[in-house]
Amino acid sequence: MKAVYALYPDGHSAQQAVSRLHAAGVHDRDITIQSAQPMEDFEFGHRDKATWMWWIACGGGLIGMASALGLAWLTEMSWPIDVGGLPIFAWWPNLIITFELTMLGAILATVVTLVIAARLGRGSDIYDAEVSDGKILVGVVNPSESAVAGLEAALTAPPGAQLKKF
Amino acid sequence: MTPSHSQINSDLLRPLLRTSWKFYAVVTILGGIVVMALVSWLSQMFYGFGISGIRWPVYWGFYVTSFVFWIGISHAGTLISAILRLVDAGWRRPVTRCAEVITVFALMIGAMFPIIHLGRPWLAFWLIPYPSERLIWPNFRSPLVWDFFAINTYLTGSLLFLLLPMIPDFAVVRDKSTGLRRRVYTLLALGWRGTPKQWHRLESAMAIMAIAIVPVAVSVHTIVSFDFSMAPVPMWQSTIFGPYFVAGAIFSGIAGLLIAMAILRRVLHLEQYLHPIHFENLGKLLLVIALLWGYFVFNERLATYYGNEPSEMAVFWRTQRESFAPLYWTMVIGNFVVPLVLMGIKRFRTITGCVIASIGVVVGMWLERFLIIVPSLGHKYLPYSYGIYRPQPVEIIIAGATFAAMALLYVLFVKIVPIISIWELKAGDHQPPPDAHPAAEERRLREQHP
Repeated sequence: MKAVYALYPDGHSAQQAVSRLHAAGVHDRDITIQSAQPMEDFEFGHRDKATWMWWIACGGGLIGMASALGLAWLTEMSWPIDVGGLPIFAWWPNLIITFELTMLGAILATVVTLVIAARLGRGSDIYDAEVSDGKILVGVVNPSESAVAGLEAALTAPPGAQLKKF
Repeated sequence: MTPSHSQINSDLLRPLLRTSWKFYAVVTILGGIVVMALVSWLSQMFYGFGISGIRWPVYWGFYVTSFVFWIGISHAGTLISAILRLVDAGWRRPVTRCAEVITVFALMIGAMFPIIHLGRPWLAFWLIPYPSERLIWPNFRSPLVWDFFAINTYLTGSLLFLLLPMIPDFAVVRDKSTGLRRRVYTLLALGWRGTPKQWHRLESAMAIMAIAIVPVAVSVHTIVSFDFSMAPVPMWQSTIFGPYFVAGAIFSGIAGLLIAMAILRRVLHLEQYLHPIHFENLGKLLLVIALLWGYFVFNERLATYYGNEPSEMAVFWRTQRESFAPLYWTMVIGNFVVPLVLMGIKRFRTITGCVIASIGVVVGMWLERFLIIVPSLGHKYLPYSYGIYRPQPVEIIIAGATFAAMALLYVLFVKIVPIISIWELKAGDHQPPPDAHPAAEERRLREQHP
């Protein structure tokens, strides 16, 4: 068997299923949960919340800033344009370009981090299209044969559970 | 009554999954207008820039007016959406995507105008800073180069800000469709499953981008204002231009958003999602910005009047009571009087009232851009630089057709993407557990009853 899972009509039932799976000795990392919207009002919705994304965005911003300064310095010094004796490498106008590329760096770093961290483009072993209709999926992928009966009992106990296997 | 998840899916996916003859009729009409504009542009390339009315001393006419106008309209979406996300305004949920789309398309249309204005658009790549054989580098001290960086940063950021929250909705379309459509949306959904980790990363990414995009949006229109305020032209060299332009941009942006929302509500039957309260809230915002706009105009005009510098006063009187006065006072009525009356009196703050006020603002803001550019360029410091600008058919057709282009892009977008974010709408109404944290419960109630 590849996976055993159940669909639940609401977050309360899904939370009960998760708690029962915990009680049955299943670790958080082995439980798959899927929903059509963020479920932050429930304990299971707070899994995997910690992220380095903010720091990575700051790093992207720093790279953007360094690129802007490098680009401005390189181009202005390579082909100096004298305008009324004003500085060739002028800070005020360069600040504008520096600001824009800093922000661009932060934005691009954020998007790349999202794609990698959220495992976009890689799919998953388990999915049910009924999730789009508001059902919440709770399941375990690749369970050992000996554990299946216990998992089924834990998953079917909450009200409204719809057990599925494949 | 709050619609169920299935009903939300069905209502919001209807425009994607069903196509009536009206869709084809609208696309044909709008497409025809856009083709007409493309033919006009090609004729301008073929016959030369001389067929436009742009000549010494008024080198910036309808094209630059439209450029500034559309960049302003772009402030509707991403900026407003980002602010509403950051303050966690529950009523934003049905509004954000309608707004973000305006930003992306308005920026694309606005960014076209400098290229049209170049006369030789095939040389547009000269704007890009790269080590070419010509050894000519863009002048980093020129506001036009700042424009290039600012607009491209804003366009990239806005596009990503629009695209990221669309991924979960693509997954819904994937699950609800069949055949080729299903294959296309499977690719677009990027394997989205809706795990807690994916939701957290998406929300973190949206929060970071919202924080980054607000100052970028402000900077974009400030930099557009620098195109004017850095030039020694009467009534342009003003320190107030930065915030004045930003306020004007947000103003026209909100007006554009209100018009788009009213049309979507009526045509796509989204009455259950776009409520009168959404229009009323945005109407109040329109009123506040109308007052702010009036304040800026008063400041700008009063400082010029007290300065009493002859060349500035000549431009001042041209707009106030001479040849440009009809346009000027139409602008004041459209931008100040109409929104003040309609949005200031509660009984007029209806959907119809919002649309009428918004049309006034859109017309007024286009005129404002025109009145900043043309009267000043036609009456600079010395008599040899006095001149008259008469827009020619090619400019009128291209500038006018951009409204059709905007509508066409919007119609096509609505056909391929749910115009209201499905997952955000659902997230606003799910039931909390009996032992939910009081803060979470308070937030849920606030979102359901804005």
